[in-house]
Amino acid sequence: MDLSYSAEQLAFHETVRTFLRDKLPERLSLKVASGKRLTKQDFEEWHAILNQQGWLGVNWPTEHGGTGWDAVQRHIFEEETTRANAPRIVPFGVAMLGPVLMKFGSDAQKAHYLPRILNGDDWWCQGYSEPGAGSDLANVQTSAVRDGDHYVVNGQKTWTTLGQHANMIFCLVRTSREGKRQEGISFLLIDMNTPGIEVRPIVLIDGEPEVNEVWFKDVRVPAENLVGTENMGWTYAKYLLTHERTNIAGVGFARAGLAALKRIAGEQTHHGKPLIENPFFAAKLAEVEIDLMAMATTNLRTIAAAASGQAPGAESSMLKVKGTVIRQQINALTKQAVGPYAAPFVSEQLDEGSNLDPIGPDYALPATQAYLNNRKLSIYGGSNEVQRAIISKAILEL
Amino acid sequence: MDFKLTEERQMLQDSLRRILSDTTDHESIAKATDSITGLDPELWEQLVEMGLPGAMFTEDEGGFGGAGFDIMVVAEELGRAGLPSPLIDSALLSGTVLASTRPALVEEIIAGRIIAFAHAEPDSRYELSQVSTTAQQSGDGWVLKGSKAVVHNAAAAETCIVSARLAGATDAAEGIGLFLVPTDAMQMRDYPLHGGGRAAELVLDVTLDADARLTEDGFALIQTAQARASAAQCAEALGLMETIKALTVDYLRQRRQFGQPIGKFQALQHRMADVLIEIEQVRSAVINLCGHLDAPERELHVSAAKNLVGRTARLVVEESIQMHGGIGMTMEYALGHFAKRLSMVDHRFGDADYHLERFIALAQSAA
Repeated sequence: MDLSYSAEQLAFHETVRTFLRDKLPERLSLKVASGKRLTKQDFEEWHAILNQQGWLGVNWPTEHGGTGWDAVQRHIFEEETTRANAPRIVPFGVAMLGPVLMKFGSDAQKAHYLPRILNGDDWWCQGYSEPGAGSDLANVQTSAVRDGDHYVVNGQKTWTTLGQHANMIFCLVRTSREGKRQEGISFLLIDMNTPGIEVRPIVLIDGEPEVNEVWFKDVRVPAENLVGTENMGWTYAKYLLTHERTNIAGVGFARAGLAALKRIAGEQTHHGKPLIENPFFAAKLAEVEIDLMAMATTNLRTIAAAASGQAPGAESSMLKVKGTVIRQQINALTKQAVGPYAAPFVSEQLDEGSNLDPIGPDYALPATQAYLNNRKLSIYGGSNEVQRAIISKAILEL
Repeated sequence: MDFKLTEERQMLQDSLRRILSDTTDHESIAKATDSITGLDPELWEQLVEMGLPGAMFTEDEGGFGGAGFDIMVVAEELGRAGLPSPLIDSALLSGTVLASTRPALVEEIIAGRIIAFAHAEPDSRYELSQVSTTAQQSGDGWVLKGSKAVVHNAAAAETCIVSARLAGATDAAEGIGLFLVPTDAMQMRDYPLHGGGRAAELVLDVTLDADARLTEDGFALIQTAQARASAAQCAEALGLMETIKALTVDYLRQRRQFGQPIGKFQALQHRMADVLIEIEQVRSAVINLCGHLDAPERELHVSAAKNLVGRTARLVVEESIQMHGGIGMTMEYALGHFAKRLSMVDHRFGDADYHLERFIALAQSAA
């Protein structure tokens, strides 16, 4: 049992810190820290900086231009970039599609798409959920019918995160209605500029159009855009979800959120003293910090197991449930700490270059936004109910 | 022992529910919130004609109600409809102060005039005695200087009641005066609120006539006003919870995943059952408070209700969104509005922790 990093890991840690100090633009870290809205260009700028360093393909092997890092290195990188308030890496191309193409894609697909993900030519979005296929993803109904050397796609996808920026979408489509539902699903890559595709933004309760509906009407997709084998898409989808769930614990986000919460609770006063000294508030804050300390180690235990070659299994479900509960509790305490100024809702204030003075303290609006927006944490990527079902089946064998 | 409504209150509840269900939905509320005053003037007029502000005052004061259960009946219906209204601020906060200081103005409030209540300040959080705004005598009149925070309905009000310190330390209960101030004499920055309606930040540097002062020692009056407003806010939260519960139960019945309605999953059934139990607890806490608004232990019930409502609001908001999944996070579907409005209840008149601490202090000093 040894809880400390090795000498090499510590050296790597220092390399990451130095890189962030030198290369992370202050303009971006200030935006992230103050909860301002990030534009497409902001994400692209950060991707380009990482790519130049060879650090965009965090979870990719070196042969495809990735870092080749092991699980511990990836963890250190994620923790440090979050701590430094770097924009997140947009996951859809790098973290999700990349690994699927490497494992199941054709040589032509790998050669064409992988470099384009790294150099920013393509912005991918995820076409998984449908109005009738949420937690029950195997129920996808969007159909793809073979017609010569094309598939003709009809149907609707929803909750497509940042789909408004995307030029490409990877979709789960139904290619067969025989046998088990899971056995009629295929994995298709679709150019968003193809005629017949319509994107409509959905405004969420924080006022932001973060997700979209995407409609397909007689959309003709070249058959060569099929990944792997027809009707094997469910296998690829599940493979992708195991990658979606790495870093699912969100320890870095939780630590950054906790630090911000302590700052805010130190500034707000209650009965003439800092709120952070109020025993009622301090007790709640301490509880979530204790939970986070333990979860960070649960996370490292899983990472150590993965680094020694064990495939991630139902443990990631455990991390997802606990990690999201902790982050949501931090969001709720932050909103509570803000007090009466949690109520004003002036979303123009989040625009870059907005010179509107904040209503109340500048951290008030982002605190409510984060509380509302992060309700999604326990819903997306397999809701916490689905994760608990996986745990009871796979670990408890109930 | 009788928990039934009187016939008059039942009639008021029925007609209010009917009007609101005919006129109000989350889209009309969003539209009104974007308007200059933050409210739909036609609907407000309709509610005034029904006697909504009048129901907040006793017959002696010129109204036809004024008891805790009148407040409960009306506010619960407003909550059910998710409707922000000037009732809490104009009729209960300002109205309570005016009934014992300037009774002539109560008549105008009953007739629909909106008078905002500007007491809280940027640094006062939930401390009722924290007033840094100053009032100084100047010739025959008064000069008020300071800032007021999150003043609801300020843009819809021609007049505000403003608290200002005449004497004492900034957190002393003694020496807080209350003044009538024309809204356009103050610098105003108004804005929409999460969950609907508008509020404003006010900056004062105004000279007022001598008769602008309503009282020179207003703390007890402010506390009574806030107790009545808290009763309305808790009853409104109860109404919001009832609508959210109905929406969520409907969704559990209709939404099918894995070949069956998701309401057939026991994991969700039990959680929804807990939500129902807690909402019934809220109803009882609101009844306790409304039944003790004129009793010596009023403040204990204020804190009990605000604590329970604050805790339950968070549970109901989070569980209802979670059980809906993504659709519960959109502004297109009604739940989003109701959940947001409910999530703001704990940010006014003191949050659950504030009232837990206060309950302990009140209970120990009573023992």
